[in-house]
Amino acid sequence: MSPENRNYMPESDVVGLNLKETELTLGMPGETRVTTDTGVKLGTKRGFSETIDLNLGRSNVKCHDKVCDDELENDVLGGATKSLTEKAQLVGWPPVRASRKNVMKSCKFIKVAVDGAPYLRKVDLEMYNSYQQLLSALEDMFSCLTIRNYLNEKKLMDPANGVEYVATYEDRDGDWMLVGDVPWKMFVESCKRVRLMKSSEAIGLAPRTPQKCSSTA
Amino acid sequence: MKMMMGSSFPEEVLEHVFSFIERDKDRNAISTVCQSWYEIERWSRRRVFVGNCYAVSPAILIKRFPDVRCLELKGKPHFADFNLVPEGWGAYVAPWIAAASSAYPWLEEIRLKRMVIPDDSLELISKSFKNFKVLVLSSCEGFSTEGLAAIAANCRNLRELDLRESEVEDLNQSSGHWLSHFPDNYTSLVSLNIACLNSDVSFTALERLVGRCPNLRTLRLNRAVPLDRLAILLRRAPQLVELGTGEASDLRPDVLSNLSGAFSRLTSLNLSYAATIQSSDLIKLVSQCQNLQKLWVLDYIEDLGLEALAASCKDLRELRVFPSEPFGVEPNVLLTEQGLVSVSEGCPKLHSVLYFCRQMSNDALRTIARNRPNMTRFRLCIIEPRTPDYLTLESLDMGFGAIVEHCKDLRRLSLSGLLTDRVFEYIGTYGKKLEMLSVAFAGDSDLGLHHILSGCENLRKLEIRDCPFGDKALLANAAKLETMRSLWMSSCSVSFGACKLLGQKMPMLNVEVIDERGPPDSRPESCPVEKLYIYRTVSGPRLDMPGFVWTKDEDSALGLS
Repeated sequence: MSPENRNYMPESDVVGLNLKETELTLGMPGETRVTTDTGVKLGTKRGFSETIDLNLGRSNVKCHDKVCDDELENDVLGGATKSLTEKAQLVGWPPVRASRKNVMKSCKFIKVAVDGAPYLRKVDLEMYNSYQQLLSALEDMFSCLTIRNYLNEKKLMDPANGVEYVATYEDRDGDWMLVGDVPWKMFVESCKRVRLMKSSEAIGLAPRTPQKCSSTA
Repeated sequence: MKMMMGSSFPEEVLEHVFSFIERDKDRNAISTVCQSWYEIERWSRRRVFVGNCYAVSPAILIKRFPDVRCLELKGKPHFADFNLVPEGWGAYVAPWIAAASSAYPWLEEIRLKRMVIPDDSLELISKSFKNFKVLVLSSCEGFSTEGLAAIAANCRNLRELDLRESEVEDLNQSSGHWLSHFPDNYTSLVSLNIACLNSDVSFTALERLVGRCPNLRTLRLNRAVPLDRLAILLRRAPQLVELGTGEASDLRPDVLSNLSGAFSRLTSLNLSYAATIQSSDLIKLVSQCQNLQKLWVLDYIEDLGLEALAASCKDLRELRVFPSEPFGVEPNVLLTEQGLVSVSEGCPKLHSVLYFCRQMSNDALRTIARNRPNMTRFRLCIIEPRTPDYLTLESLDMGFGAIVEHCKDLRRLSLSGLLTDRVFEYIGTYGKKLEMLSVAFAGDSDLGLHHILSGCENLRKLEIRDCPFGDKALLANAAKLETMRSLWMSSCSVSFGACKLLGQKMPMLNVEVIDERGPPDSRPESCPVEKLYIYRTVSGPRLDMPGFVWTKDEDSALGLS
């Protein structure tokens, strides 16, 4: 039984299926597969940084459709230029529970929701030292967003449709506040969850004053 | 119930005989002998384990087994522990508790893993089951200290309360700390695990509780209990044999020497959150625990500490070494493959290993395999994906091949490092007792997946992430999936078309596509799905799916969509 023999699979097991149609190959379409002496196929091994780019919130898409191929090309190119010392983190790797990730420090895990995104993410606020770091992390996680520094307000934007988001959080007393108003440490202490709200809906939250607003958007 | 023609045993005798049969496999076998044995067995089954809460429904369970005393349920797939399963996916236990509250008034034990349990359900438990004894919530969420207060206040016969790794919401209660809700005349506690709680524990309530429960054997506390307090507790409860110090606690040398007597009695020690205790102190500590069977520790123990462990703890059965800095690029501790080799040489009873490290060699794996053919669970995580043998720069195929070849009773295996399709060939050939396999960043082609699915006869759970496995192997082995509990694949190359086909061909499987990008049919069918969870079920598609999960529906089967 040779692992190199690609015709090993008994096709009669799956009657009526045109397997060639569904056969997916790694790498760009039309690229020939080169095999080394040890059986490792070149061109199919993604470098670590490429893997990161392909996994962080963006689609790990390798299909024969033109649209998907363009995305793949951009990701691969983006990955190649990323320095290995600045590794971003793969989701769920290494496989340690959230509670074990930061044994040296205490953990402060909160849920982050984005209006319109299908599901929540969790972040550990203790991993960051400033609002800018937090927003960068959110930008990485919800990859459709980019940070926009606009008149000293920290906003996030989805360049695909121009929708702006404002970061808000629920504090210990259940009030919804704008992220960025209080000193960072105080924010970490009191924040229970974060919601990236569409700017259009965030009218009504007290913007610049430290007083709490009792209305929720 | 009539006696069968030709059968010489009345029902009562058979029931008595069956009471000695405990394993589910055996009871299942008994129930297939004949109709009357099926009936007697189902009325006398007291312990039920449901490995996937969506494989069966409460109604089906209750209909078949009318008098269950111990119920164990598991919900989310294992990779949920690492944030790969989005919030809101499912695994709600409320319907089960509601059904059990009326059907099983004599229920004594509930064990849940990776499920969502609200306070209402905890209260219902505390009020519905007069003889309730054991509550184990492992990696669960959805409840708060209010729910715990209800359990404490109402469960007079509670023996075990174990919240291992669960997420508990802390509510400041005006009625006082939840621990103080245990009545003064409550003395039956045998095991308490509250290590996951973030909040302060009322030490007075805890001390009084520990003091009045003479049968207390296991105590796992959270970081809010300082170590000198722990010493007080240990003096109050000298019969303790299992201890854990919770998160980020601080074993100072003077505290250590106070506790040394207690440590020699310990059989299980969990220091995996004790971040401030360094190698030399760890060595002193483990050297005193000659009766240790289970050790969970951080990699601060280093190779030297593991050598000391191998020399002192000859009864060691299970070792877990967790990374202190999982995201560091460079190693921060002197922990290598050598530590694991030492323990494999020195501890003849070692059979269960979870080991995080940054380098490995085929040689080391071969040595470990030859030293410990009695290994049953072997989970190795080399932190950097696709790391080769650091001595030869080859893949680790041969090393893991040696593990599956020599360890003939291996039931669970987690792979890491640089691996080609060949390692799966070895696993398919030798891993005949393998029940659970975890694979990440490995393999070259569908052949790898095919080897696993066609070779591992006892495979129950398979979880795969970031591997180039696609439609071919999955569809060629579709029937295999009905013999397994579940299959998880994320960041692989399985197309939506293949998922649809599988769902249509295999009515006994739920094929769940989890995709953040929106409806999968808004993309070409050949596009790979983000995440895929396939499991067998007798209760059909579930009714509580969130918006980001797609499965076969009647429309697509009829070709209407």
